[in-house]
Amino acid sequence: MKVVVCVKQIPDPATPYTLEEGTHWLTRPDDQILDDTDRYGVEMGLQLAQANEGTLTLVSMGPAGNAQGIRQALAMGADKAIIIEDDALRGSDALTTSKVLAAAIEREGFDLVIAGTESTDGYSGVIPQMLAEHLDAPALTYAKRVEIGDGTVTIDRQTDDGYDVVATDLPAVVSVTAGVVEPRYPTFKGIMDAKKKPVEHLTLDDLGVETSSDQKVTSISDAAERAAGQKIEDDGEAFQAIVSLLEERKVI
Amino acid sequence: MASVWVFIEEINERPSVLGLELLAKARTVGDVTAVYLGTGSDEAFAVLGEHGASSVLHADSGDRLPSGPLAAALADRMAAESPELVLFGQAYTDRDVAGRLAARLGVGVLANASDVRLTDEGVETDHEIFGGSQTATASASNGPFLVLIRPKSFAAEAAGKGAPSVDTLDLPDVGVSEAKIVESHVEEREGPQLGDAGVVVAGGRGLGSAEGYELVEKLAKQLSAATGATRAIVDAGWVPYAKQVGQTGKTVKPDVYIAVGISGAMQHLVGMKDAGTIIAINKDPDAPIFSVADLGIVGDVNKVLPQLIEALESR
Repeated sequence: MKVVVCVKQIPDPATPYTLEEGTHWLTRPDDQILDDTDRYGVEMGLQLAQANEGTLTLVSMGPAGNAQGIRQALAMGADKAIIIEDDALRGSDALTTSKVLAAAIEREGFDLVIAGTESTDGYSGVIPQMLAEHLDAPALTYAKRVEIGDGTVTIDRQTDDGYDVVATDLPAVVSVTAGVVEPRYPTFKGIMDAKKKPVEHLTLDDLGVETSSDQKVTSISDAAERAAGQKIEDDGEAFQAIVSLLEERKVI
Repeated sequence: MASVWVFIEEINERPSVLGLELLAKARTVGDVTAVYLGTGSDEAFAVLGEHGASSVLHADSGDRLPSGPLAAALADRMAAESPELVLFGQAYTDRDVAGRLAARLGVGVLANASDVRLTDEGVETDHEIFGGSQTATASASNGPFLVLIRPKSFAAEAAGKGAPSVDTLDLPDVGVSEAKIVESHVEEREGPQLGDAGVVVAGGRGLGSAEGYELVEKLAKQLSAATGATRAIVDAGWVPYAKQVGQTGKTVKPDVYIAVGISGAMQHLVGMKDAGTIIAINKDPDAPIFSVADLGIVGDVNKVLPQLIEALESR
Protein backbone atom coordinates (compact mmCIF):
# COMPACT_ATOMS: atom_id res chain seq x y z
CA MET A 1 0.00 0.00 0.00
CA LYS A 2 1.26 3.44 -0.93
CA VAL A 3 0.69 5.94 1.85
CA VAL A 4 1.36 9.64 1.30
CA VAL A 5 1.36 12.01 4.29
CA CYS A 6 1.09 15.76 3.76
CA VAL A 7 3.30 17.67 6.18
CA LYS A 8 4.12 21.32 6.70
CA GLN A 9 7.06 23.13 8.17
CA ILE A 10 6.03 26.10 10.29
CA PRO A 11 7.87 28.75 12.31
CA ASP A 12 8.14 27.55 15.90
CA PRO A 13 4.91 28.73 17.62
CA ALA A 14 6.95 29.28 20.80
CA THR A 15 8.55 32.33 19.16
CA PRO A 16 6.31 35.31 18.28
CA TYR A 17 5.18 35.32 14.66
CA THR A 18 5.89 38.34 12.46
CA LEU A 19 4.63 39.44 9.06
CA GLU A 20 6.66 40.66 6.08
CA GLU A 21 6.33 44.32 5.16
CA GLY A 22 4.10 44.97 2.18
CA THR A 23 2.86 41.45 1.46
CA HIS A 24 1.81 40.67 5.06
CA TRP A 25 3.00 37.11 4.56
CA LEU A 26 4.16 35.18 7.58
CA THR A 27 7.92 35.47 8.01
CA ARG A 28 9.46 32.02 7.52
CA PRO A 29 12.94 31.55 8.95
CA ASP A 30 15.35 28.88 7.63
CA ASP A 31 14.79 27.04 10.87
CA GLN A 32 11.24 25.74 10.84
CA ILE A 33 9.77 22.82 12.70
CA LEU A 34 7.39 20.05 11.73
CA ASP A 35 3.87 21.26 12.52
CA ASP A 36 2.93 19.42 15.69
CA THR A 37 -0.44 18.43 14.21
CA ASP A 38 1.42 16.59 11.42
CA ARG A 39 3.16 14.25 13.85
CA TYR A 40 -0.18 12.45 14.27
CA GLY A 41 -0.57 11.97 10.52
CA VAL A 42 3.00 10.71 10.18
CA GLU A 43 2.53 8.24 13.05
CA MET A 44 -0.80 7.02 11.66
CA GLY A 45 0.79 6.64 8.22
CA LEU A 46 3.72 4.69 9.64
CA GLN A 47 1.46 2.28 11.48
CA LEU A 48 -0.80 1.70 8.46
CA ALA A 49 2.12 1.36 6.03
CA GLN A 50 3.77 -1.17 8.32
CA ALA A 51 0.61 -3.22 8.82
CA ASN A 52 -0.15 -3.28 5.09
CA GLU A 53 3.31 -3.87 3.62
CA GLY A 54 3.38 -0.32 2.36
CA THR A 55 5.65 2.65 1.93
CA LEU A 56 5.31 6.13 3.34
CA THR A 57 6.14 9.23 1.29
CA LEU A 58 6.02 12.74 2.75
CA VAL A 59 4.80 15.59 0.56
CA SER A 60 5.38 19.18 1.63
CA MET A 61 5.00 22.57 -0.02
CA GLY A 62 6.71 25.74 1.13
CA PRO A 63 10.12 27.29 1.68
CA ALA A 64 12.31 24.32 2.58
CA GLY A 65 14.86 26.31 4.59
CA ASN A 66 17.19 23.79 6.16
CA ALA A 67 14.38 21.21 5.96
CA GLN A 68 14.85 20.18 9.55
CA GLY A 69 11.08 19.84 10.01
CA ILE A 70 10.97 17.37 7.14
CA ARG A 71 13.95 15.52 8.67
CA GLN A 72 11.95 15.23 11.89
CA ALA A 73 9.25 13.33 10.01
CA LEU A 74 11.82 11.21 8.17
CA ALA A 75 13.44 10.41 11.51
CA MET A 76 10.11 9.09 12.75
CA GLY A 77 10.35 6.49 9.97
CA ALA A 78 8.99 7.87 6.67
CA ASP A 79 10.75 6.41 3.62
CA LYS A 80 11.25 9.55 1.56
CA ALA A 81 10.13 13.13 1.10
CA ILE A 82 9.05 15.36 -1.77
CA ILE A 83 9.36 19.11 -1.22
CA ILE A 84 7.75 21.55 -3.64
CA GLU A 85 9.35 24.96 -3.46
CA ASP A 86 8.95 27.81 -5.90
CA ASP A 87 9.08 31.59 -5.57
CA ALA A 88 5.78 31.77 -7.45
CA LEU A 89 4.17 29.85 -4.60
CA ARG A 90 4.91 32.41 -1.90
CA GLY A 91 1.71 33.69 -0.36
CA SER A 92 -0.35 30.93 -1.98
CA ASP A 93 -3.94 30.46 -0.92
CA ALA A 94 -5.44 27.10 0.03
CA LEU A 95 -6.69 26.38 -3.48
CA THR A 96 -3.24 26.79 -5.03
CA THR A 97 -1.62 24.81 -2.23
CA SER A 98 -4.08 21.96 -2.71
CA LYS A 99 -3.52 21.91 -6.50
CA VAL A 100 0.22 21.70 -6.07
CA LEU A 101 0.05 18.99 -3.40
CA ALA A 102 -2.44 17.02 -5.50
CA ALA A 103 -0.17 17.19 -8.56
CA ALA A 104 2.79 15.91 -6.54
CA ILE A 105 0.69 13.13 -5.00
CA GLU A 106 -0.69 12.08 -8.37
CA ARG A 107 2.83 11.94 -9.81
CA GLU A 108 3.91 9.74 -6.90
CA GLY A 109 0.81 7.51 -6.90
CA PHE A 110 -1.21 6.70 -3.79
CA ASP A 111 -3.68 4.40 -2.11
CA LEU A 112 -4.12 6.55 0.97
CA VAL A 113 -3.35 10.23 1.58
CA ILE A 114 -3.19 11.42 5.18
CA ALA A 115 -3.20 15.05 6.33
CA GLY A 116 -3.74 16.86 9.60
CA THR A 117 -7.07 18.64 9.95
CA GLU A 118 -5.43 22.07 9.68
CA SER A 119 -2.01 23.65 10.00
CA THR A 120 -1.09 25.57 13.13
CA ASP A 121 0.01 28.67 11.21
CA GLY A 122 -2.67 28.85 8.51
CA TYR A 123 -5.58 26.87 9.99
CA SER A 124 -8.07 27.15 7.13
CA GLY A 125 -8.86 23.43 7.47
CA VAL A 126 -10.05 23.08 3.86
CA ILE A 127 -6.99 21.49 2.22
CA PRO A 128 -7.91 17.80 2.79
CA GLN A 129 -11.24 18.22 0.98
CA MET A 130 -9.70 20.29 -1.80
CA LEU A 131 -7.01 17.64 -2.29
CA ALA A 132 -9.65 14.93 -2.48
CA GLU A 133 -11.62 16.83 -5.11
CA HIS A 134 -8.50 17.30 -7.28
CA LEU A 135 -7.61 13.63 -6.84
CA ASP A 136 -11.19 12.53 -7.54
CA ALA A 137 -11.23 10.62 -4.27
CA PRO A 138 -13.43 10.64 -1.17
CA ALA A 139 -12.26 12.55 1.91
CA LEU A 140 -12.87 11.10 5.34
CA THR A 141 -12.19 13.99 7.68
CA TYR A 142 -11.49 14.60 11.39
CA ALA A 143 -10.57 10.98 12.06
CA LYS A 144 -10.09 9.87 15.67
CA ARG A 145 -9.49 6.28 14.52
CA VAL A 146 -8.44 4.85 11.16
CA GLU A 147 -8.75 1.23 10.05
CA ILE A 148 -7.77 -0.27 6.72
CA GLY A 149 -9.83 -3.21 5.44
CA ASP A 150 -9.78 -5.10 2.17
CA GLY A 151 -9.57 -2.15 -0.22
CA THR A 152 -11.53 0.00 2.21
CA VAL A 153 -10.88 2.56 4.92
CA THR A 154 -13.09 3.19 7.93
CA ILE A 155 -12.74 6.02 10.41
CA ASP A 156 -14.39 7.43 13.52
CA ARG A 157 -15.21 10.95 12.38
CA GLN A 158 -15.32 13.60 15.12
CA THR A 159 -18.68 15.39 15.30
CA ASP A 160 -19.93 18.14 17.59
CA ASP A 161 -21.60 15.72 19.97
CA GLY A 162 -19.74 12.45 19.46
CA TYR A 163 -18.51 10.62 16.38
CA ASP A 164 -19.75 8.89 13.22
CA VAL A 165 -18.28 5.72 11.82
CA VAL A 166 -17.64 6.49 8.13
CA ALA A 167 -16.41 4.10 5.45
CA THR A 168 -15.32 4.26 1.83
CA ASP A 169 -13.22 2.48 -0.79
CA LEU A 170 -9.54 3.19 -1.37
CA PRO A 171 -7.94 5.27 -2.75
CA ALA A 172 -9.00 7.96 -0.31
CA VAL A 173 -7.89 11.05 1.60
CA VAL A 174 -8.10 10.97 5.40
CA SER A 175 -7.56 13.91 7.75
CA VAL A 176 -6.62 13.02 11.32
CA THR A 177 -7.15 14.88 14.57
CA ALA A 178 -4.59 15.07 17.33
CA GLY A 179 -4.98 12.02 19.52
CA VAL A 180 -5.69 9.57 16.68
CA VAL A 181 -2.46 7.84 17.70
CA GLU A 182 0.41 8.67 20.06
CA PRO A 183 3.26 9.97 17.87
CA ARG A 184 6.61 8.30 18.47
CA TYR A 185 9.77 10.24 19.24
CA PRO A 186 12.56 9.72 16.74
CA THR A 187 15.26 7.37 17.99
CA PHE A 188 18.95 8.14 17.60
CA LYS A 189 19.11 5.57 14.82
CA GLY A 190 16.05 7.15 13.21
CA ILE A 191 17.73 10.55 13.23
CA MET A 192 20.92 9.15 11.71
CA ASP A 193 18.99 7.19 9.04
CA ALA A 194 16.95 10.27 8.14
CA LYS A 195 20.10 11.99 6.89
CA LYS A 196 20.47 9.36 4.18
CA LYS A 197 16.85 9.19 3.07
CA PRO A 198 15.92 10.60 -0.35
CA VAL A 199 14.50 14.13 -0.43
CA GLU A 200 13.27 15.22 -3.84
CA HIS A 201 12.92 18.94 -4.60
CA LEU A 202 10.34 19.96 -7.18
CA THR A 203 9.27 23.26 -8.72
CA LEU A 204 6.02 24.28 -10.40
CA ASP A 205 7.56 23.50 -13.79
CA ASP A 206 8.26 19.93 -12.73
CA LEU A 207 4.61 19.52 -11.84
CA GLY A 208 3.16 21.52 -14.72
CA VAL A 209 0.80 23.37 -12.42
CA GLU A 210 -0.26 26.93 -13.15
CA THR A 211 -1.12 29.08 -10.21
CA SER A 212 -3.09 32.23 -9.69
CA SER A 213 -3.83 33.16 -6.09
CA ASP A 214 -6.72 35.58 -6.02
CA GLN A 215 -6.54 36.38 -2.33
CA LYS A 216 -4.38 39.01 -0.73
CA VAL A 217 -4.08 40.59 2.68
CA THR A 218 -4.67 44.30 2.17
CA SER A 219 -4.08 45.66 5.66
CA ILE A 220 -3.24 44.80 9.25
CA SER A 221 -4.57 46.79 12.14
CA ASP A 222 -4.41 46.52 15.90
CA ALA A 223 -7.56 45.00 17.32
CA ALA A 224 -9.33 46.69 20.21
CA GLU A 225 -7.22 45.21 22.95
CA ARG A 226 -8.60 43.96 26.16
CA ALA A 227 -6.92 45.80 28.99
CA ALA A 228 -5.26 43.67 31.63
CA GLY A 229 -6.89 44.06 35.02
CA GLN A 230 -5.67 43.43 38.51
CA LYS A 231 -2.86 40.90 39.05
CA ILE A 232 -2.17 39.65 42.54
CA GLU A 233 0.38 37.29 44.01
CA ASP A 234 -1.18 34.46 46.00
CA ASP A 235 -0.42 34.92 49.68
CA GLY A 236 -2.74 32.11 50.73
CA GLU A 237 -5.80 34.37 50.61
CA ALA A 238 -6.02 35.21 46.90
CA PHE A 239 -9.01 32.90 46.47
CA GLN A 240 -11.02 35.52 48.40
CA ALA A 241 -10.51 37.97 45.54
CA ILE A 242 -12.06 35.43 43.16
CA VAL A 243 -15.01 34.89 45.52
CA SER A 244 -15.58 38.67 45.69
CA LEU A 245 -15.46 39.08 41.92
CA LEU A 246 -17.86 36.15 41.39
CA GLU A 247 -20.24 37.81 43.88
CA GLU A 248 -19.92 41.10 42.07
CA ARG A 249 -20.73 39.41 38.74
CA LYS A 250 -23.67 37.67 40.45
CA VAL A 251 -22.35 34.21 39.57
CA ILE A 252 -22.76 33.28 43.23
CA MET B 1 -29.53 43.32 -4.52
CA ALA B 2 -26.73 40.82 -4.03
CA SER B 3 -27.65 37.18 -3.72
CA VAL B 4 -26.15 35.57 -0.62
CA TRP B 5 -26.33 31.87 0.16
CA VAL B 6 -25.81 30.52 3.65
CA PHE B 7 -24.95 26.92 4.46
CA ILE B 8 -26.84 25.72 7.54
CA GLU B 9 -26.70 22.33 9.13
CA GLU B 10 -29.60 20.80 11.00
CA ILE B 11 -28.84 19.87 14.61
CA ASN B 12 -31.48 18.18 16.76
CA GLU B 13 -34.14 18.88 14.12
CA ARG B 14 -33.44 22.63 14.13
CA PRO B 15 -31.13 24.96 12.25
CA SER B 16 -27.79 25.16 14.09
CA VAL B 17 -27.17 28.29 16.16
CA LEU B 18 -24.07 28.92 14.04
CA GLY B 19 -26.29 28.91 10.95
CA LEU B 20 -28.63 31.46 12.50
CA GLU B 21 -25.63 33.67 13.36
CA LEU B 22 -24.66 33.61 9.69
CA LEU B 23 -28.21 34.48 8.62
CA ALA B 24 -28.12 37.56 10.87
CA LYS B 25 -25.11 38.78 8.89
CA ALA B 26 -26.26 37.60 5.47
CA ARG B 27 -29.56 39.52 5.58
CA THR B 28 -27.63 42.76 5.97
CA VAL B 29 -25.64 41.97 2.80
CA GLY B 30 -28.32 40.87 0.36
CA ASP B 31 -31.20 38.58 -0.48
CA VAL B 32 -30.69 35.33 1.42
CA THR B 33 -31.04 31.71 0.38
CA ALA B 34 -30.47 29.16 3.12
CA VAL B 35 -28.84 25.93 1.94
CA TYR B 36 -30.26 23.64 4.58
CA LEU B 37 -28.71 20.21 5.17
CA GLY B 38 -30.83 17.80 7.19
CA THR B 39 -34.17 16.03 7.40
CA GLY B 40 -36.04 19.32 7.18
CA SER B 41 -39.52 20.28 8.44
CA ASP B 42 -41.97 23.16 8.12
CA GLU B 43 -40.94 24.27 11.63
CA ALA B 44 -37.25 24.33 10.69
CA PHE B 45 -37.93 26.21 7.43
CA ALA B 46 -40.06 28.73 9.34
CA VAL B 47 -37.13 29.43 11.68
CA LEU B 48 -34.91 30.06 8.66
CA GLY B 49 -37.51 32.51 7.37
CA GLU B 50 -37.77 34.31 10.70
CA HIS B 51 -34.01 34.76 10.65
CA GLY B 52 -33.98 36.34 7.23
CA ALA B 53 -33.96 33.61 4.55
CA SER B 54 -36.35 34.44 1.71
CA SER B 55 -35.80 31.02 0.17
CA VAL B 56 -34.51 27.63 1.25
CA LEU B 57 -32.62 25.02 -0.75
CA HIS B 58 -33.18 21.82 1.17
CA ALA B 59 -30.75 18.91 0.86
CA ASP B 60 -30.87 15.62 2.72
CA SER B 61 -27.76 13.44 2.40
CA GLY B 62 -29.19 10.55 4.46
CA ASP B 63 -26.43 8.07 5.29
CA ARG B 64 -23.97 9.56 2.80
CA LEU B 65 -21.13 11.78 3.97
CA PRO B 66 -22.51 15.11 2.68
CA SER B 67 -19.38 16.91 1.39
CA GLY B 68 -18.99 15.17 -1.98
CA PRO B 69 -22.63 15.03 -3.12
CA LEU B 70 -23.52 18.45 -1.71
CA ALA B 71 -20.52 20.18 -3.29
CA ALA B 72 -21.42 18.65 -6.66
CA ALA B 73 -25.07 19.73 -6.39
CA LEU B 74 -24.16 23.23 -5.18
CA ALA B 75 -21.63 23.76 -7.97
CA ASP B 76 -24.34 23.03 -10.55
CA ARG B 77 -26.98 25.16 -8.86
CA MET B 78 -24.56 28.04 -8.39
CA ALA B 79 -23.69 27.96 -12.09
CA ALA B 80 -27.39 28.42 -12.83
CA GLU B 81 -28.23 31.02 -10.20
CA SER B 82 -24.90 32.88 -9.71
CA PRO B 83 -24.92 33.90 -6.04
CA GLU B 84 -22.21 36.47 -5.29
CA LEU B 85 -21.39 35.20 -1.82
CA VAL B 86 -21.74 31.90 0.04
CA LEU B 87 -21.25 31.88 3.80
CA PHE B 88 -20.25 28.86 5.85
CA GLY B 89 -19.38 28.51 9.53
CA GLN B 90 -15.92 27.51 10.70
CA ALA B 91 -17.25 24.05 11.64
CA TYR B 92 -16.63 20.44 10.62
CA THR B 93 -19.12 19.82 7.84
CA ASP B 94 -19.09 23.46 6.72
CA ARG B 95 -15.35 23.29 6.09
CA ASP B 96 -15.70 19.99 4.23
CA VAL B 97 -18.40 21.29 1.92
CA ALA B 98 -16.70 24.65 1.36
CA GLY B 99 -13.32 23.07 0.59
CA ARG B 100 -14.74 20.55 -1.83
CA LEU B 101 -16.96 23.14 -3.50
CA ALA B 102 -14.11 25.63 -3.86
CA ALA B 103 -11.89 23.07 -5.57
CA ARG B 104 -14.75 22.14 -7.87
CA LEU B 105 -15.43 25.77 -8.80
CA GLY B 106 -11.75 26.69 -8.95
CA VAL B 107 -12.14 29.56 -6.47
CA GLY B 108 -10.50 30.23 -3.12
CA VAL B 109 -11.97 30.08 0.37
CA LEU B 110 -11.56 32.93 2.83
CA ALA B 111 -11.38 31.02 6.11
CA ASN B 112 -11.66 32.04 9.76
CA ALA B 113 -13.30 35.37 8.98
CA SER B 114 -14.92 37.48 11.69
CA ASP B 115 -16.66 39.80 9.23
CA VAL B 116 -17.40 40.06 5.52
CA ARG B 117 -18.25 42.90 3.09
CA LEU B 118 -19.08 42.93 -0.59
CA THR B 119 -17.22 45.73 -2.34
CA ASP B 120 -17.08 47.14 -5.85
CA GLU B 121 -13.93 45.08 -6.48
CA GLY B 122 -15.17 41.85 -4.93
CA VAL B 123 -15.16 40.81 -1.32
CA GLU B 124 -13.36 41.90 1.81
CA THR B 125 -13.04 39.88 5.01
CA ASP B 126 -11.62 40.52 8.47
CA HIS B 127 -9.59 37.90 10.31
CA GLU B 128 -8.39 37.95 13.89
CA ILE B 129 -4.74 36.99 13.93
CA PHE B 130 -2.07 36.53 16.59
CA GLY B 131 -4.58 35.52 19.23
CA GLY B 132 -6.91 38.37 18.32
CA SER B 133 -4.40 41.12 19.04
CA GLN B 134 -4.48 42.19 15.39
CA THR B 135 -6.99 42.19 12.57
CA ALA B 136 -5.99 41.28 9.03
CA THR B 137 -8.21 42.45 6.20
CA ALA B 138 -8.14 40.26 3.11
CA SER B 139 -9.69 40.65 -0.31
CA ALA B 140 -10.51 38.55 -3.35
CA SER B 141 -11.91 39.51 -6.71
CA ASN B 142 -12.84 36.26 -8.51
CA GLY B 143 -16.26 35.15 -7.37
CA PRO B 144 -18.32 33.42 -6.33
CA PHE B 145 -16.84 34.13 -2.92
CA LEU B 146 -16.81 31.36 -0.34
CA VAL B 147 -16.26 32.62 3.20
CA LEU B 148 -15.95 30.62 6.42
CA ILE B 149 -17.09 32.64 9.44
CA ARG B 150 -15.98 31.91 12.99
CA PRO B 151 -18.72 30.99 15.48
CA LYS B 152 -19.97 33.82 17.72
CA SER B 153 -18.98 36.51 15.23
CA PHE B 154 -22.64 37.63 14.99
CA ALA B 155 -25.62 37.32 17.34
CA ALA B 156 -28.42 35.00 16.16
CA GLU B 157 -31.53 37.17 16.20
CA ALA B 158 -34.88 36.72 14.48
CA ALA B 159 -35.80 39.42 11.96
CA GLY B 160 -39.55 38.80 11.96
CA LYS B 161 -39.76 37.72 8.34
CA GLY B 162 -42.36 35.41 6.83
CA ALA B 163 -42.19 31.83 5.60
CA PRO B 164 -39.55 31.22 2.91
CA SER B 165 -40.09 29.42 -0.37
CA VAL B 166 -38.62 25.93 -0.23
CA ASP B 167 -36.97 24.05 -3.07
CA THR B 168 -35.32 20.64 -2.94
CA LEU B 169 -31.67 20.32 -3.91
CA ASP B 170 -31.19 16.81 -5.27
CA LEU B 171 -27.83 15.26 -4.47
CA PRO B 172 -26.19 13.41 -7.36
CA ASP B 173 -24.31 10.13 -7.31
CA VAL B 174 -20.62 11.01 -6.98
CA GLY B 175 -19.24 7.57 -7.82
CA VAL B 176 -15.82 6.83 -6.36
CA SER B 177 -15.95 9.89 -4.10
CA GLU B 178 -18.88 8.49 -2.15
CA ALA B 179 -18.50 7.70 1.57
CA LYS B 180 -21.09 6.16 3.86
CA ILE B 181 -21.97 6.96 7.46
CA VAL B 182 -22.22 3.48 8.97
CA GLU B 183 -23.12 4.44 12.56
CA SER B 184 -23.57 7.58 14.64
CA HIS B 185 -22.52 7.83 18.27
CA VAL B 186 -23.69 10.60 20.55
CA GLU B 187 -21.59 11.00 23.63
CA GLU B 188 -23.56 11.59 26.83
CA ARG B 189 -22.94 15.06 28.15
CA GLU B 190 -24.00 16.36 31.52
CA GLY B 191 -24.48 19.89 32.76
CA PRO B 192 -24.19 23.16 30.85
CA GLN B 193 -22.78 22.97 27.33
CA LEU B 194 -19.52 24.71 26.51
CA GLY B 195 -20.88 26.68 23.56
CA ASP B 196 -23.65 28.46 25.44
CA ALA B 197 -22.81 28.33 29.18
CA GLY B 198 -22.83 31.57 31.16
CA VAL B 199 -19.77 30.50 33.10
CA VAL B 200 -16.87 28.39 31.82
CA VAL B 201 -14.07 26.88 33.90
CA ALA B 202 -11.18 25.72 31.71
CA GLY B 203 -7.96 23.92 32.56
CA GLY B 204 -4.52 23.73 30.99
CA ARG B 205 -1.20 22.03 31.43
CA GLY B 206 -0.57 23.90 34.67
CA LEU B 207 -2.93 21.44 36.37
CA GLY B 208 -0.02 19.01 36.25
CA SER B 209 -1.89 15.83 35.40
CA ALA B 210 -5.15 14.35 34.14
CA GLU B 211 -6.18 13.90 37.78
CA GLY B 212 -5.69 17.63 38.33
CA TYR B 213 -8.60 18.25 35.95
CA GLU B 214 -10.95 16.99 38.68
CA LEU B 215 -10.40 20.35 40.38
CA VAL B 216 -11.76 22.09 37.28
CA GLU B 217 -14.81 19.81 37.32
CA LYS B 218 -15.42 20.42 41.03
CA LEU B 219 -15.23 24.18 40.64
CA ALA B 220 -17.50 24.05 37.58
CA LYS B 221 -20.06 22.09 39.56
CA GLN B 222 -20.12 24.75 42.28
CA LEU B 223 -20.70 27.47 39.69
CA SER B 224 -23.07 25.50 37.39
CA ALA B 225 -20.43 26.12 34.77
CA ALA B 226 -19.35 24.24 31.65
CA THR B 227 -15.81 22.81 31.61
CA GLY B 228 -13.26 23.60 28.91
CA ALA B 229 -9.64 22.78 28.12
CA THR B 230 -6.62 23.86 26.13
CA ARG B 231 -5.35 22.05 23.06
CA ALA B 232 -2.28 20.93 25.03
CA ILE B 233 -4.23 18.81 27.49
CA VAL B 234 -6.64 17.54 24.85
CA ASP B 235 -3.64 16.42 22.78
CA ALA B 236 -2.19 14.85 25.92
CA GLY B 237 -5.39 12.84 26.25
CA TRP B 238 -6.44 14.26 29.64
CA VAL B 239 -9.88 15.33 28.38
CA PRO B 240 -11.92 14.71 25.21
CA TYR B 241 -11.65 16.95 22.16
CA ALA B 242 -15.19 18.27 22.67
CA LYS B 243 -13.83 20.33 25.60
CA GLN B 244 -11.24 22.18 23.56
CA VAL B 245 -11.46 25.98 23.52
CA GLY B 246 -9.48 27.92 20.94
CA GLN B 247 -8.61 28.26 17.31
CA THR B 248 -8.98 24.57 16.57
CA GLY B 249 -11.72 24.01 19.15
CA LYS B 250 -14.73 25.94 20.31
CA THR B 251 -15.15 29.69 20.45
CA VAL B 252 -16.87 30.70 23.69
CA LYS B 253 -18.27 33.99 24.91
CA PRO B 254 -19.48 33.36 28.48
CA ASP B 255 -20.15 36.07 31.07
CA VAL B 256 -17.31 34.69 33.16
CA TYR B 257 -14.32 32.58 32.03
CA ILE B 258 -12.03 31.06 34.63
CA ALA B 259 -8.68 29.93 33.18
CA VAL B 260 -6.90 27.48 35.45
CA GLY B 261 -3.26 26.64 34.76
CA ILE B 262 -3.58 28.06 31.24
CA SER B 263 -0.61 30.03 29.89
CA GLY B 264 -2.63 31.75 27.17
CA ALA B 265 -1.17 30.57 23.85
CA MET B 266 -2.48 32.52 20.84
CA GLN B 267 -4.42 29.52 19.69
CA HIS B 268 -6.32 29.46 23.02
CA LEU B 269 -6.84 33.22 23.44
CA VAL B 270 -8.67 33.59 20.15
CA GLY B 271 -11.34 31.19 21.42
CA MET B 272 -12.14 32.95 24.71
CA LYS B 273 -10.89 36.53 24.75
CA ASP B 274 -14.39 37.93 24.18
CA ALA B 275 -15.68 36.57 27.50
CA GLY B 276 -17.31 39.19 29.74
CA THR B 277 -14.98 38.72 32.69
CA ILE B 278 -11.79 36.67 32.64
CA ILE B 279 -10.23 35.25 35.79
CA ALA B 280 -6.86 33.52 35.48
CA ILE B 281 -4.80 31.46 37.90
CA ASN B 282 -1.25 30.59 36.83
CA LYS B 283 2.07 30.22 38.58
CA ASP B 284 4.04 32.05 35.87
CA PRO B 285 3.68 35.82 36.43
CA ASP B 286 4.63 36.45 32.78
CA ALA B 287 2.01 34.11 31.31
CA PRO B 288 0.21 35.83 28.37
CA ILE B 289 -3.18 34.94 29.86
CA PHE B 290 -2.67 37.73 32.42
CA SER B 291 -2.66 40.31 29.64
CA VAL B 292 -6.35 39.63 29.00
CA ALA B 293 -7.45 38.73 32.56
CA ASP B 294 -9.61 41.10 34.60
CA LEU B 295 -8.36 39.31 37.69
CA GLY B 296 -5.08 37.41 37.61
CA ILE B 297 -3.86 35.28 40.50
CA VAL B 298 -0.16 34.40 40.37
CA GLY B 299 -0.12 31.18 42.34
CA ASP B 300 -0.25 27.40 42.44
CA VAL B 301 -3.56 26.14 41.04
CA ASN B 302 -3.33 23.10 43.28
CA LYS B 303 -3.43 25.40 46.31
CA VAL B 304 -5.77 28.18 45.15
CA LEU B 305 -8.42 25.93 43.61
CA PRO B 306 -9.05 23.68 46.64
CA GLN B 307 -9.35 26.81 48.79
CA LEU B 308 -11.78 28.39 46.35
CA ILE B 309 -13.86 25.22 46.06
CA GLU B 310 -14.01 24.89 49.84
CA ALA B 311 -15.06 28.52 50.24
CA LEU B 312 -17.85 28.02 47.68
CA GLU B 313 -18.99 24.73 49.25
CA SER B 314 -19.33 26.32 52.65
CA ARG B 315 -21.60 29.09 51.39
